[in-house]
Amino acid sequence: MKLLRKNGLRATALGALAVSGALVLTACGSDDNSGSASSSPSAKTTAAASNAACGDAKGQLLASGSSAQKNAMDLWVKGFMAACPDVQLNYQSSSSGEGIVAFNQGTVGFAGSDSPLKPEEVTDSKKICAGGQGINLPMVGGPIAIGYHLEGVDSLVLDAPTLAKIFNSKIKNWDDAAIKALNPGVKLPNKPIQAFHRSEDSGTTQNLGKYLGATAKADWKYEAEKTWPAPGGQAASGSAGVAAQVKQVDGSIGYFELSYATAQSISTVKIDTGASAPVEATSENASKAIAAAKIAGTGNDLALSLDYTTKADGAYPIVLVTYEIACDKGNKAATLPAVKAFLNYTASDEGQKVLSGAGYAPIPTEINTKVRAAIASLS
Amino acid sequence: MASTTPIDVPPPAPPVKSPSGTSTGRAGDKIFSGLSKGSGILLLVVMAAIAGFLTYRAVLAISKDEGNFFTTFEWTPSANPPVFGIAVLLVGTIVSSIIAMVIAVPIAVGIALFISHYAPRKLAAPLAYLVDLLAAVPSIIYGIWGALFLVPYLDGLNLWLDHYFAWTYLFDQTQPGVARNMLTVGILLAIMILPIVTSVSREVFLQVPRMNEEAALALGATRWEVIRLSVLPFGRSGVISASMLGLGRALGETIAVATVLSPNFLVSLHLLDPGGGTFAQNIVAKFGEANEFGRDALIASGLVLFILTLLVNGAARLIIARRKEYSGANA
Repeated sequence: MKLLRKNGLRATALGALAVSGALVLTACGSDDNSGSASSSPSAKTTAAASNAACGDAKGQLLASGSSAQKNAMDLWVKGFMAACPDVQLNYQSSSSGEGIVAFNQGTVGFAGSDSPLKPEEVTDSKKICAGGQGINLPMVGGPIAIGYHLEGVDSLVLDAPTLAKIFNSKIKNWDDAAIKALNPGVKLPNKPIQAFHRSEDSGTTQNLGKYLGATAKADWKYEAEKTWPAPGGQAASGSAGVAAQVKQVDGSIGYFELSYATAQSISTVKIDTGASAPVEATSENASKAIAAAKIAGTGNDLALSLDYTTKADGAYPIVLVTYEIACDKGNKAATLPAVKAFLNYTASDEGQKVLSGAGYAPIPTEINTKVRAAIASLS
Repeated sequence: MASTTPIDVPPPAPPVKSPSGTSTGRAGDKIFSGLSKGSGILLLVVMAAIAGFLTYRAVLAISKDEGNFFTTFEWTPSANPPVFGIAVLLVGTIVSSIIAMVIAVPIAVGIALFISHYAPRKLAAPLAYLVDLLAAVPSIIYGIWGALFLVPYLDGLNLWLDHYFAWTYLFDQTQPGVARNMLTVGILLAIMILPIVTSVSREVFLQVPRMNEEAALALGATRWEVIRLSVLPFGRSGVISASMLGLGRALGETIAVATVLSPNFLVSLHLLDPGGGTFAQNIVAKFGEANEFGRDALIASGLVLFILTLLVNGAARLIIARRKEYSGANA
């Protein structure tokens, strides 16, 4: 019995994987709902396939991190492995925090994260990247959908202050005056609101926090961190876990990358930004907001800063840009060709195009050009 | 009377030369006693090593903890300054285990009595086997089943409890929420510890001396009176030790709890409110993202669980030691 403790620790590590894996499994039966996936040009000997130039990439490449990227990764991995069958790429979708930890322990070739590396994480990465450091390569953007499940309400408009109050348990009921005021003519039921957030460190949480902090200063006074800051509500693990709960529970609201909403047909909230009409969460609308992104990093580090307070018509303000994190110098020799080949493919026109059907927004061209240059210089 | 002849008496065996005076000098005996002694010592060494490792890492973490390790309702070891405390985890671990025990032990004793004294022989063996099968289900499966099946179905029970028993404080639901709460965790743990408690209790009840039972029957006792007068008193300490085994499982259950619970860092005795946490659940949830120091902090919480489990086992031993007449399966 006491000896079980010893196995307990080891099981814990495995368990962490198992839980996230299990939740992902249970939450997405098949998210192959994007029409573009099936038509993605596989290993046809056309010019398109040469985009996935394999070079001398082979062997196994492990990567892990952001679950907001998972659906994009699935499509990318499919497209890439069809062109380069010599590489076995395995992206473990957990959370941005876990991806960065794994990267800084040297267990993965690259990490996916919805937030750029923090200064202390960059310092840690220097141990792994011999002579270099971890850099942020913005690979794909997308709207963070505010998904809700409310029987009998198929269209819902909210604004930033109301959203902030819902997520910090100030507004507890669906027929609250603030929600009614934004939704004239909608019959809102008298039901308690069940707000779901992520139980683990999440880049999606941090991006939502940045948005609320920028647009609802009075109601959202928390630091934008990966850990959920507000009181109340319920937690679930991973984007898939939150989406599964929202899907299941009547009267719930949660936030996740748009592809989870499309995959499970969860209704999403339209955001009243002050534009002429409330803005829906779609890839095009997110692209409009991401187009205004500025590069905040230096050199090959392409961390972006986003403008959350946009009032432009049709610009959906709650967006995240999700990064791939790799070493600029000192990548492991065994995985470097595969990392380069794969990232080249994801940053290519084809890699960016594949995603439009899956609820993602491509990175603006000028930034994408810089990303490609940075990938080419990885060593 | 036939006279006995001295020829019948076997000649005395030659005296064995034993250098130590204990061993017979046969190699097999030496090897076996060495092996068993070695295993015993090895176990102690392993335990001491685990305790030492946990303590060392825990001290590293606790010395830098800006909060009070025992009373802080927070877990942010990676923040600057690091603040973490185990109050929520300690309460959550104990509360969920108590719920599990309250539900599981009476049911397990009932099942064990049914199998050992009531069920027709043909039915008893398959039934016992069936209950033991519950132990073969991996805990992640319990977790997924709990999250996808049990939780939605317990919503109704929650509403009912909240409606009629809110005055107990325990069953007052102050926050809306699906049943991803301590009560659900307790129910799930109860199902998970049922087989171990049942099978040990069953073995104990089967060991009741036939004499006692037959004596009671001869005095005209009904079957229930037999059980009350001879089986239960005889099996009491066995049932207690079985329960403690189950409690040990409940305290350390990880994945099933992590899959079902909606964790937060607030201590609340409103069992129907989502939230809370247990040691093991917190470790599994935070380990993946924890940096070196965060892992030390988690190990510190693991040390507390280790000590808690030792205390529980120690208490069980004391209870059993006080009742010497019981022998057998006090594993």
